[in-house]
Amino acid sequence: MKTSHIIGIIIIAAAIGIIITTAGDASSYVTFDTAQEMALNGNENSIHVVGELKKKNGEIVGIRPSVDKLSFSFVMVDDNKKEQKVFYNEPMPADFQRSEKVVVIGSYKDDLFVAEKILMKCPSKYQENTVKAEM
Amino acid sequence: MIHEFIGGLGHLFVVVAFISALYSAFCFFRAAQAKELSEERSWKVNGRVAFYLHTIAVVGIVFSLFYIIYNHYFEYHYAWSHSSRRLPAHYMISCFWEGQEGSFLLWLFWHALLGVIVILTNKYWEAPVMTVFSLVQVFLASMILGVVIPGLNIKLGSSPFILLRDAIDAPIFKEQPDFVPKDGTGLNPLLQNYWMVIHPPTLFLGFATTVIPFAFCIAGLWKRRYREWVRPALPWALFSGAILGLGILMGGYWAYETLNFGGYWNWDPVENAVYVPWLFLIAAIHTMITFKNSDTALKASVVLVITTFVLILYSTFLTRSGILGNSSVHSFTDLGLSGQLLIYLLFFTIGSVVLAVIRWKEMPTSEKEASTYSREFWIFIGALVLCLMGFQVLIPTSIPVWNSIVELFGGVSNLAPPADQILFYSKFQLWFAVGVALLSGTGQFFWWKNMKKEELWSSLTVPVIITLVLTTIIVVVKNVADPSYIILLLGGVYTVVANTKILINVLKKNPKLSGGAVTHIGIGLMLIGVMFSAGYSKVVSLNTTGMLISKESSTEFNNENLLLFINEPKEMADYSLKYKGERLEPINASDYISRNDIRKTSEPHMVIAKRDIEAEGEVIFQKNDTIEIAPENTYYEIEYTDNRGKKFTLYPRAQVNESMGGLLASPDIKRGLAKDLYTHVSSIRDPNNDVEWSDMEEFEISPKETFFVNDYVAKVDKLERIPEVEGVELEKEDVAVKATIIVQGEESEYIAQPIFLIKNGMVGRIADEISDLGLKLTLLNIYPEKNSFAIGANTRQKDWVVLKAMEKPFINVLWFGTLLLMVGFGIAIKRRYSEFRKMREKGME
Repeated sequence: MKTSHIIGIIIIAAAIGIIITTAGDASSYVTFDTAQEMALNGNENSIHVVGELKKKNGEIVGIRPSVDKLSFSFVMVDDNKKEQKVFYNEPMPADFQRSEKVVVIGSYKDDLFVAEKILMKCPSKYQENTVKAEM
Repeated sequence: MIHEFIGGLGHLFVVVAFISALYSAFCFFRAAQAKELSEERSWKVNGRVAFYLHTIAVVGIVFSLFYIIYNHYFEYHYAWSHSSRRLPAHYMISCFWEGQEGSFLLWLFWHALLGVIVILTNKYWEAPVMTVFSLVQVFLASMILGVVIPGLNIKLGSSPFILLRDAIDAPIFKEQPDFVPKDGTGLNPLLQNYWMVIHPPTLFLGFATTVIPFAFCIAGLWKRRYREWVRPALPWALFSGAILGLGILMGGYWAYETLNFGGYWNWDPVENAVYVPWLFLIAAIHTMITFKNSDTALKASVVLVITTFVLILYSTFLTRSGILGNSSVHSFTDLGLSGQLLIYLLFFTIGSVVLAVIRWKEMPTSEKEASTYSREFWIFIGALVLCLMGFQVLIPTSIPVWNSIVELFGGVSNLAPPADQILFYSKFQLWFAVGVALLSGTGQFFWWKNMKKEELWSSLTVPVIITLVLTTIIVVVKNVADPSYIILLLGGVYTVVANTKILINVLKKNPKLSGGAVTHIGIGLMLIGVMFSAGYSKVVSLNTTGMLISKESSTEFNNENLLLFINEPKEMADYSLKYKGERLEPINASDYISRNDIRKTSEPHMVIAKRDIEAEGEVIFQKNDTIEIAPENTYYEIEYTDNRGKKFTLYPRAQVNESMGGLLASPDIKRGLAKDLYTHVSSIRDPNNDVEWSDMEEFEISPKETFFVNDYVAKVDKLERIPEVEGVELEKEDVAVKATIIVQGEESEYIAQPIFLIKNGMVGRIADEISDLGLKLTLLNIYPEKNSFAIGANTRQKDWVVLKAMEKPFINVLWFGTLLLMVGFGIAIKRRYSEFRKMREKGME
């Protein structure tokens, strides 16, 4: 066997290995129910949950900053309308209350969903969509 | 008035640019295919003229758009959404590339310029190379064409010359079709930074130059000159590698210094989209050099050069089609160009792959087996490692594409990118980096062609020993404990040591050849810098007491942030910190001014000094001076005292930024040789939110009498009648009185100037706030008969700021390595270009 063949085989094996590990390490978009199930089965991987902040009569409810302002918790409603309290160990981002959609990345610790990272989608991001009539 | 002419002219230039590129591609194609010399010559002249016309048209587009922006023609959507009247001229250039159309224009512009250079510097290669070039221009110009194909109702491209009334459906245009907004919405304030002026052009020049090696490669395959295309393509490939690399690192530095992404690299899909093609380009450069020296690796070069360009197109598709959606923080918005972008990508991918497959069998291959002790063999392995390194990033970045494909066939895929991207990518990239480091250290030792086993080992002994000693010292002194980091450090040090030895030898013989060694020393230093600054970055604002997050959960957490109340010192790791208040940035002075020393006016960017403002003992603004400020930015003065008693001050920034969804923080960095101290605010009192004031406390006092508000000593210094009040029109019989109240704070004296006003027989009161002390004072009443007056005081929670601080050790080693990398590339480009020129002068190509 020529050296080039050996190298070829090693390269192909490495490429396949990369694809497999990517599939293994990839997270997934799930609902809170699935996330809780995963936690009960001992699966501690971080997952993505997409949802909205809980609203009552148009007002956001359930946001509770900690006394020292260094962390906060909030109530999030996922696509299946399940409500869940989420904890985040960082101060509340300034634009948090304006976000239309929230993606939390994290996992369940007991009954609490602990987010490691929060992604927000804000209504006016990047593009203006109306003109104010200013003479 | 609507200035229709300039927009129409711009649009005409776009159409001319598109058609001339198409015609130029056709002419150059005919020239390349021509059998007879005279026929070839006339087609070539035609193509050249068409390309020059194209270049003039592109410059015309740039001119028209700049004219619109410069003259504030806000009836145009582009000017309205990216510029404003107050924008300084140098940022007007940045408006070009803030929008997606403008960044296509920038790309188009670089290509046009590079095309002219290729025409002027090549003889034989002109026709086939320019065919590819012009075709690329056709696709790029189509992106900003903004033409609807009649009958099919398909819109081709998005024009930057569209009028606001056509772009946005606002009710005002129904009533007044000629309505022109007074001011634009402005360039995003976060991007008003000099990096926004230099980073995008550099990156796009890097993008643009990748087309040159690709065009030479396609020309070589097409004209069956399989060996000859490498020589002219190599200097350009090196140039491209240098500029693209520089662009990427500038982006990283910008992210680190201003954008507060936490670090310089976050493995965001947009970042990955340029990193991957760059790695393949570097691999391509290595195989091309190998081919030039030994006739091997030609096929690999062809494959890699094509792959690099295809990846550039793929990354354009990823970042501009909107497919990344939720997974990226800074991709462009979807302009409805996805279809066009996909056709662009597929055209060049399929075209080049088909051509390569047809010619594959004809390509010369070297029959001799590369020896394991040859330089070429190890360079080739290095190129392969670089490819795998890129591949490992490419796959996860493409997850959204995979989801879309699955959905296209009716399936459901809920795959998300890895949750902790930095951790995920780092754990793989680290080992590839070790591979690259070891290979680039050793590979350089195989001087010319083959080497004997014994010779190699003897020349390696000294560098290996030095490496081991140096690494051991660093590990012990800097306390590096993680085994994988020790190995990366070993690799980095080895590369530096081995290449330094090579460099010394080369400098003695022929300094022109030193490019490789210098570049590789740069890479080694960069790896060491990355290892320390990323691996040993530590949060110093850490509170390690461990708190219980809630009753339901038993999990304990450490806070990584620190809450500071104004003028109350707090301890953190090796420092004592004190927050000293909010500061503003005057446009025409380099020092910050305190918010307490100024009074607002009705214009947000103009404020008035309440007192003489001093900086370093000199008065920079006199009392009642009008000062122009950047109203979006607030700086937070944080005084650090380290454990040796040395003091320094940092000014992290927060910016009110509506278009980015609220408040944005930018760090301030205390730079040191051994480490950077990186500080940013993570939460502040929202200036737009209403604050809760306590109930008013009333004092009746006489002049110069002291009284206590919120435990601070205060006194009324003087009371004066003032002729005018900002924002209020005073008639003859109206009265306005201003009180000057001095409050003694912990650190300094503060002035409050509430106003008491009688207008048309009605009483008005304008309160004044001392934000540092959380105090609002109102002049309630004046009793001339008793020679006294009533002051009302409200208090609120004192000012606070939540802060995060990190240490980034040896980050400067990374920046220094970058600099060396660029110098090395520069030396190599010079050498390869002079080789090409010599051959051209001999009439070889």
